[in-house]
Amino acid sequence: MALSSRQAVQRSAGGAIQRPGAAKPARTARVVPAAVKDVFMPALSSTMTEGKIVTWLKSPGDKVAKGEPIVVVESDKADMDVECFNDGILGAIVVQEGERATVGAAIAFIAESEADVAEAKKKAGGSAAAAPAPVAPKAEAAPAPAAAAPAPAAAAPAPAAAAPAPAAAPAPAAAPAPVKRADGRVVATPYAKQLAKDLKVDIGSIAGSGPNGRITASDVERAAGRGGAPAAAPAAAPAAAGAPAKAAAPAAAVAPAAATTVSQLRGTTKPFTTLQQAVSRNMLESLKVPEFRVAMSMETDKLDALYKRLKPAGVTMTALLAKAVGNALVKHPVMFASCTPDGAGITYNPNINVALAVAMPDGGLITPVLKNADATDIYQLSRNWADLVKRARGKQLQPDEYNSGTFTISNLGMFGVDTFDAILPPGTAAIMAVGGSKPTVVATPDGMLGVRKVMQINITADHRIVYGADAAEFLQTLKAIIESPEQLL
Amino acid sequence: MAAFAAQSKSVAAARQGASLQLAAPSVRPAASRLHTCFASASLRAACLGQSVVAPRSRPAAGRRAVSRAQRVSVAASAGKYDYDLVIIGCGVGGHGAALHAVEQGMKVAVIEGHDIGGTCVNRGCVPSKALLAASGRIREMQNAMHLKSMGIQVGSVSFERQGIADHAINLAKTIQTNLKRSLEALGVDILIGQAKFVDNHTVKYSLPGRVDVGGTVTARDIIIATGSVPFVPPGIPIDGKTVFTSDHALKLEWLPQWIAIIGSGYIGLEFSDVYTALGCEVTFVEAMPNIMPGFDKEIARLAERVLIKPRPIDFHTNVIASKVTPGVPGVKPVLIELTDFNTKKVVDTLEVDACLVATGRAPYTNGLGLASIGVDTDRRGFVPTSEKMEVLDKDGKVVPNVYCIGDANGKYMLAHAASAQGISAIENMLGRPHVLNHNSVPAACFTHPEVSFVGVTQEKAEEMAKEKGFPLGISKTSFKANSKALAEKEGEGMAKMLYRKDTGEILGVHIFGLHAADLIHEASNAIATGQTVQDIKFNVHAHPTLSEVLDELFKGAHLDKAAANSSHAAPPKAKQPVAA
Repeated sequence: MALSSRQAVQRSAGGAIQRPGAAKPARTARVVPAAVKDVFMPALSSTMTEGKIVTWLKSPGDKVAKGEPIVVVESDKADMDVECFNDGILGAIVVQEGERATVGAAIAFIAESEADVAEAKKKAGGSAAAAPAPVAPKAEAAPAPAAAAPAPAAAAPAPAAAAPAPAAAPAPAAAPAPVKRADGRVVATPYAKQLAKDLKVDIGSIAGSGPNGRITASDVERAAGRGGAPAAAPAAAPAAAGAPAKAAAPAAAVAPAAATTVSQLRGTTKPFTTLQQAVSRNMLESLKVPEFRVAMSMETDKLDALYKRLKPAGVTMTALLAKAVGNALVKHPVMFASCTPDGAGITYNPNINVALAVAMPDGGLITPVLKNADATDIYQLSRNWADLVKRARGKQLQPDEYNSGTFTISNLGMFGVDTFDAILPPGTAAIMAVGGSKPTVVATPDGMLGVRKVMQINITADHRIVYGADAAEFLQTLKAIIESPEQLL
Repeated sequence: MAAFAAQSKSVAAARQGASLQLAAPSVRPAASRLHTCFASASLRAACLGQSVVAPRSRPAAGRRAVSRAQRVSVAASAGKYDYDLVIIGCGVGGHGAALHAVEQGMKVAVIEGHDIGGTCVNRGCVPSKALLAASGRIREMQNAMHLKSMGIQVGSVSFERQGIADHAINLAKTIQTNLKRSLEALGVDILIGQAKFVDNHTVKYSLPGRVDVGGTVTARDIIIATGSVPFVPPGIPIDGKTVFTSDHALKLEWLPQWIAIIGSGYIGLEFSDVYTALGCEVTFVEAMPNIMPGFDKEIARLAERVLIKPRPIDFHTNVIASKVTPGVPGVKPVLIELTDFNTKKVVDTLEVDACLVATGRAPYTNGLGLASIGVDTDRRGFVPTSEKMEVLDKDGKVVPNVYCIGDANGKYMLAHAASAQGISAIENMLGRPHVLNHNSVPAACFTHPEVSFVGVTQEKAEEMAKEKGFPLGISKTSFKANSKALAEKEGEGMAKMLYRKDTGEILGVHIFGLHAADLIHEASNAIATGQTVQDIKFNVHAHPTLSEVLDELFKGAHLDKAAANSSHAAPPKAKQPVAA
């Protein structure tokens, strides 16, 4: 401690500008261990008040030499390499890449020798936790919490995100959870890894939905969206990414929520979010419509084969379904018409806009619309869909992009559902509930027994304008398309 | 004095004009000559005689005169050869050489065994620029935040893969046609076939499986300009679908969701720019300890921050792809075994949808029959070549009348370098000794934003400074301070100049930022013409332009006092009266 006066000078020296004697009185009050020196945010220009750490050129534990650039700082004018003014070992970094610090604030600690590294680390932790207040409050307050805080900060959103989960969770809970790789390796795409880092998700805890259990960005997003609760979250393959049902929602909302959150919810009542309120209102409104249902089985072997073939080109099953429906609707204008509000006429819509129900990660559901599904090619539809889903998750959809549907599809096929019943969205003529496709023993036209993949399609329609035969004829057309899907190209 | 200077200048101008006039007629007959040449051999001899007249009007001295005399004697027996010059390979290098040769009055033929235009036009720089242009637009329009900050809103942006691919194919076709026409218009014969040396004046050419094309031609001089093909390291089977080289990637036949790029040089970087803009994710595999080896370290660091980190890209360095197992698109992933470069131990296995091998290029010199002129290629297949582009034989001696330019000699594997070497070779065969200063040849990587450089890196410059004991100056500027860059909201970028503080010699300039590839030429031309820092400091740049980044860079350079005072190019800054 005999060296304390020297240290005061060193501390004030800052990372880049060595100006002995410039020490502020307040700083001398703090006792700095001899062997640990601070690196300060330098003033790179006369107008600079704070700087952003662009890159640390050295990592904690690296040897640093006097005059060696250790960090890149972005000022109001340029990015500059900041040189180190001491020999030693970079003990700890206080201000991380991408964070800002006021000029003069400590951004790292340099230990003189190996033995002092622990001290530097302690100092970094200490300055983050308690020290800032007495010492140069303005300077250190900003950067300091950032260093120590990540853990609590990450923990905080977790319960918050978990709360609304039940609304959205029911469907995926039933999902065949994406398999974790048998060999225990974690294979994640570059963007998935980046996202995991940004969203503070432990990538090792996620099961991947990509080929061979690969973890994709959407797996990470899903994991993060559910408050980091691991394997419970991911729903099916990316192709089905946004599918969970619209019509299923009212029923699902009362169904038991995901196992991981049930216990926390017992005995509590949660008010609806705005989105959930809207769903509730719409569902009650639907009771005014005389609904009826018509179902048909369709073979999907060829559709599956086509999907497999087009998948490398980015075509999704969702887009294929929407395209098939779009093409079928062309011949059945009443199926995408609507009954006038006074119940006295039919309004034939000009466009075939296929809406698809998507469960939102934070509860509620939304129906992004693939416009002009009949006139848009399958590749474009797939891209449009990917874009819509992405923006729906980011809550960036324009109203026109989720309320302009003239026909709705709800698909629970990827959850292994055989058949279900959808509720008609107000203002439309029909909604189609798609069940899972599974190998089924069928009598073939040539009188043999065969195994075909078969799925159940169930149409719910407004009987004021759509009659049984209309729905049946539409299903016939759709069946013809789905069983000879080449015409979708 | 002033009057005298003015006079001598005008004399010089007049002389120049005269020589231009003299040179001009010699070109035109060359073009029309072609048609007559086939008609009669005697006419051809007359033509060739004429073709060597032009250089004679230029002043010559010493050694040069001797070599010209030799050449004239060759010309006297001109009937001996079909052509003055035969160029094997019609890429950018061969094309550049042909143009210059015709301008010098030579009768020229090119032999091309594949596609006119070579790698650059068909499988390289040209189609890749089309892909980069399209994907760059997409990246720009998808960057909603950036556009919003300029008050622009766009709806959803989408693209059609085949449309982009077609753009690249069409561009290549257009350029190929232009290139072919420009040769035809100048009267250059285009012979189709793969060439093989018979001796240093004779070449046989043929196409496998074709009896209707081929033949033997003789020429006074021959240039090897056969270029290169993608280099594929051992252990990597190319299936053209999931494991491929730039040749296939440029066709953009599909967009893998996740692609590994082996090699993070400029080819790999440009493809990562294309792929990520089109929604793919990229993993680099680099054998060197750093990604982007070969670039100036500081520039590479900045580029990493802008071109790699914010994009869906990750990388493995210090590893080689020791084994690659092709997959099946959408069914089976490609497996890439990574081996540590130093310990040679397998460290990881990647599972990706596709793998692009961008590990550089290998010379395409097989089958040239170099043995018949006593030449051996080096271990990697490059043709040993002197600084005057003369081909060297096994003993390191010049093989008379045979030159080698471009990727085949491995000196600097860039299209425009090949072209410059071609011009240099022609100069040398005409008896005007010429050595191309490769330090003045610029290079560019067309990512968004672009990277460009000329001369040496900072690391190399520091080494040179230490070795030769001169003080090294480093000037840097940022695009952040440039009005035009800020108007575009593209302030990310820097320029750096390395120079000698004692003499003002420019050693290297590196630019990373908007339109860097277009900005570099001021620096490369300065180096080529030997201008110093003192000279270029006084150049004027229009405001506001990106060129002001260089203006600021030059002005930020400071020489040692002594050097500045004794500056040879006394700057015209002084307002003092000048003695007349």
